[in-house]
Amino acid sequence: MASTLSILVVDENRARAAIIEDGLREAGHARVAVVTEMTGLVREIERLKPDVIVVDIENPSRDSLEQFFEVSRSVQRPIAMFVDRSDSASIQAAVEAGVSAYVVDGLKKERVKPILDMAISRFNTFSRLTRELAEARSELADRKVIDRAKGILMSHRGLKEEEAYALLRQTAMNEKRKMVEIARSVVTAASLFAKPAGGREDP
Amino acid sequence: MTRTITLGFIPLIDAAVPIAAAEIGFAAREGLDLRLVKEVSWANIRDRLAFRQFDVAHMLAPMTVASQLGIGSNPYPVVTPVALGRGGNAITLSTALFAAMEASGEDVSSGEAASHARALKRVVDARRANGHPPLVFAVVYPFSAHNYEFRFFMGSAGIDPDRDVRMTVVPPPLMADALMAGAVDGFCVNAPWNMLAVERGAGRIVAVKADIWPASPEKVLGMRPDLIDGERDTACRLVVAMEAAARWCDDPANRGDLAALLARPDRMDVPADVVRRLLDGEVTIDPAGTVRRIPDYLRFAEGAATFPWISQALWIFAQMLRWGQVAPSPSAEAAAARAFRPDVWREALAGSGVPIPAQDRRVEGALTAPTEIATLSGGPLVLPPDRFGDDRPFDPDRIEDYVSGFSVRTSFRERQALAGE
Repeated sequence: MASTLSILVVDENRARAAIIEDGLREAGHARVAVVTEMTGLVREIERLKPDVIVVDIENPSRDSLEQFFEVSRSVQRPIAMFVDRSDSASIQAAVEAGVSAYVVDGLKKERVKPILDMAISRFNTFSRLTRELAEARSELADRKVIDRAKGILMSHRGLKEEEAYALLRQTAMNEKRKMVEIARSVVTAASLFAKPAGGREDP
Repeated sequence: MTRTITLGFIPLIDAAVPIAAAEIGFAAREGLDLRLVKEVSWANIRDRLAFRQFDVAHMLAPMTVASQLGIGSNPYPVVTPVALGRGGNAITLSTALFAAMEASGEDVSSGEAASHARALKRVVDARRANGHPPLVFAVVYPFSAHNYEFRFFMGSAGIDPDRDVRMTVVPPPLMADALMAGAVDGFCVNAPWNMLAVERGAGRIVAVKADIWPASPEKVLGMRPDLIDGERDTACRLVVAMEAAARWCDDPANRGDLAALLARPDRMDVPADVVRRLLDGEVTIDPAGTVRRIPDYLRFAEGAATFPWISQALWIFAQMLRWGQVAPSPSAEAAAARAFRPDVWREALAGSGVPIPAQDRRVEGALTAPTEIATLSGGPLVLPPDRFGDDRPFDPDRIEDYVSGFSVRTSFRERQALAGE
């Protein structure tokens, strides 16, 4: 069933806002709007008159929003989410995910909860994606360090590539450290012996 | 057994007391493992306290009064068992607006706050006569001393903050940018944001808290009543730790250490020399570098600064009435009075050597000179002069008269009508 609720997503992070918007649309909410610039926030709220406002909890503009609720009736007395506090698991999940929300007073909880659950799950998805991206980046950086270390071992000790790799791996196992840490040590050590004017001296 | 306490704070100079309590050992001495969590908005502070993610929080004093009155976005009861000091706030106007005030015909050469308010009134009137849009002024939260102080300042010169200008909310770290960008024409915020805006050439400080109500409580320790009811001993230990930390913060010999502590990136994240000058009460008020020396700019303990006077909760309530944030009623007045808990403060500090005021309420703003007041124990207690900017004392037993004595005000009904426009 299509929802008639009007939902406003306020998030300075465009990528995350888009992920939430998509999720809400997929769930059948046709009236979803996104604000990423805080300057136009009040104007958008006046225009859209949202029933539910989802806000990133780290957004300092929450205080500005609340002032606006105090002085204007454009939005009918919105209250912070979970005001009844009966659902402490949801509260915990929302705050941990970094979601806060305002809901027009009088809206039935059953109508709002799926929206908040969706926002929470999308916030979590976004955090996971961000984390995975960071991990992928660091993995790539690790691989580059290992390649450099291999190159150093090959040129300084006359090893073949597989031998250089095996030496790094064996050393890591012996010292119970990560291979990238050994590789980093090799690179650092080599740089200490490098001639400032370029070219390397054999150790 | 050590009790872990999580405390939320906003990076402002008046988070000094909880920071010192955690870092200098005053909390540990009371068997508390005090963990500080930096927050970005007062709304988060309030919600995370209500949702039990924080045990206590660095809060705006009026937030606890609003919570007892059930107003605002997430009304959940919070009380003040100990205040965290006085001072720090200031009103800064843009350099362009100040230039217009200097050219308004009102003599502002004395530098007095009252003359600035009168000059601002002239500019406001001239703008209206010329069909210019109203000035926009920012505070940090609807229920804040900043809001009431800025409104008090304007009202004293006959400016109606609800009709003559537009009031908005901007988070403290963004104030200077908003002023630079011309999004706002002035603001009232706590330290260090006024002086940082001035030193960036964006504005001119025209009044400080001491010009409006020197005794005003600024931040407080917000606590859920269930902590007091269920763990009274923990509540009392927190009061003792905060009070001891406040005394340490007041000692000029500790200012260097305190400035270094507050300057840290995980605390205020501003240069230590700026913090030090603020603690010393040396406030740069204009971009030319003029320094105004305000000896009592920040006071954390002296003169019962940590004592939660019921009369001060009621002054805040009177300002809420004055601006129509709440409808007058005896039950509302009783609820506002419950926001401050001097009973807990007394119980915690009885016999500790700290002077214990004998009364919970007093006429505010009637002292023109340092005055000794009655104490239950702990020796003499001298309160500093506390006159309001308009010289009108506040008798907490006559709130209605006090509120109707303001010529500029907005009733609850008028507020509803304004909101509907």
